Amino acid sequence: MKDFVLEFEKPIVELEKKIAEMQELSAGGEVDISDEIGLLRKKADTLRKEVFSNLNRWQRVQLARHPRRPYTLDYIKLVADRFQELHGDRSFRDDHAIVAGLATIDGTDLVIVGHQKGRGTKDNLFRNFGMPHPEGYRKALRVMRLAEKYDRPVVTLIDTPGAYPGLGAEERGQAEAIARNLFEMSRLRVPILAVVIGEGGSGGALAIGIADRVLMLEHAIYSVISPEGCASILYRDATQAPKAADAMKVTAPDLLEFGIVDELVPEAFGGAHRDREQTAANVKTAILTRLAELREIPLPSLLEQRVEKFGEIGVFDE
Amino acid sequence: MTKWFKREKDNLQSAQKRDVPEGVWIKCPACEAVLYSRKLERNWHVCPECGHHMRMEAPRYIDLLADHGTWSEFNEQLKSLDPLGFKDSKRYVDRVAGSMKKTGRNEAVTTGTCAIDRHPVVLAVMDFKFLGGSVGSVVGEKIARAIDRSLELKHGLVIVSCSGGMRMQEGIISLMQMAKTSARLTRLADAKVPFISVLTDPTTGGTTASFSMLGDVNIAEPGALIGFAGPRVIKQTIGQDLPEGFQRSEFLLDTGFLDQVVPRRELKSRISEFLTWMNGRGS
Ligand SMILES: [Zn+2]
Repeated sequence: MKDFVLEFEKPIVELEKKIAEMQELSAGGEVDISDEIGLLRKKADTLRKEVFSNLNRWQRVQLARHPRRPYTLDYIKLVADRFQELHGDRSFRDDHAIVAGLATIDGTDLVIVGHQKGRGTKDNLFRNFGMPHPEGYRKALRVMRLAEKYDRPVVTLIDTPGAYPGLGAEERGQAEAIARNLFEMSRLRVPILAVVIGEGGSGGALAIGIADRVLMLEHAIYSVISPEGCASILYRDATQAPKAADAMKVTAPDLLEFGIVDELVPEAFGGAHRDREQTAANVKTAILTRLAELREIPLPSLLEQRVEKFGEIGVFDE
Repeated sequence: MTKWFKREKDNLQSAQKRDVPEGVWIKCPACEAVLYSRKLERNWHVCPECGHHMRMEAPRYIDLLADHGTWSEFNEQLKSLDPLGFKDSKRYVDRVAGSMKKTGRNEAVTTGTCAIDRHPVVLAVMDFKFLGGSVGSVVGEKIARAIDRSLELKHGLVIVSCSGGMRMQEGIISLMQMAKTSARLTRLADAKVPFISVLTDPTTGGTTASFSMLGDVNIAEPGALIGFAGPRVIKQTIGQDLPEGFQRSEFLLDTGFLDQVVPRRELKSRISEFLTWMNGRGS
């Protein structure tokens, strides 16, 4: 996992490795190969620009799902001064696919709620691959209500393949839990900021995605159904997912163009995983800027605008 | 999320079986009784032998629920566009055109005002025959406007759902219709205007996970498939067959997500009962 490299990242990573090796060699001081290193560096730069400046949609989907991509807890660690996680929905159990808690960022107290994927098999099983059950959404709402009580803003971090489609999830009302969150978040009496940090998988993503501002990381995706799911329905073949990703236009730039998201947050060049600190710093700046902006809006207008924001979405002929 | 593509095919087959031309004998899919189509139609598409509820189109629900002569449709002029330029084996615009031709209606939901047992209401009825009842921009907008009308008139809202979920040919824009309709419903709730949600077979995906589950009371017809994930997806995920009756109305009543299961013939009187209580005496 630590060394996971996507197919289109390979030539770059190999070149970078070679440069590192040569640097080590030259540090030994026996031969002067600084010219060669300089040349390779230039080559790597060109290659990086070539690959990462022209990503197609499927490559972006792969970046959004990159196993080394930072997840909710990584961002919390990198952006928050303090964080106290709160567990459980007070009704059934604690869902590890959603993390929620009391945070402070740069002196601002707030609530953070986010999907949490796992790293490696064991952790992924524990996190259910970031696919929440109803109790996860109910925990999220419970903690958002605390934000409301203490008049603190809510920041949600979206990163899920989707709500879990299983027996228990249906029995305990997956649909009701999602619907309830959409409804209650629409009238939660504090500012809400949503950031899609990885995969915005359908209703399971939207269930913590009602917000006054919706931001998206540069290589995140957001979609009504997974490209694989769409492909298996439309083309009867899940391997046609790249085609489906193109047809559904699931990337961050697409969503900005549709007016669904308000801002793209830049990632480190080549993807968030290539420089977590830099990406997290960008996320932090975006959060603080947007929260400051939202704080200025009187609550009645804020709530009115929140309903209108989603009310305006739709393309039709009249 | 959405399975309308396959469902539409199912529906085509079932439409041949169920949506019967006059004077044809058809077989009940549940008890296999052979029924005369006109009799079935008169019985609101409920098998007189076993009570099985077959799918029924929007105009018939309006006949069933609205007091005679009170129905007045609005926003029927709204039509789908093709924001993504979506095409699979067929262009999205052609699929929409096909559904319009097949149903004689412009979209998968019909909205209007009427009276139910003299209670003035805003009524929205979804239609599975139109692209699997999938929710795109037009359905979202028509439901949102129905909510607005309800709020403006202070008349209760009744939505009869029948939908496979969000319409993937409109991508993320269709997903956002869940947010749009749910957000709008908060205004109705804050104004204390009644909302009765009626779920029929099938109501799944984002439709269930938004307005359909948000009624002051949620009621369903017997035996309706209701859930978030479709049975096929769940089966694939867990790798085993689903228990008998899983995700049917009676199961949701048991697990606590429906207030009542109401036979089609009693829908009108039951909705009227609720409205009498909700509207209060003398209204
Ligand atoms: Zn029968």
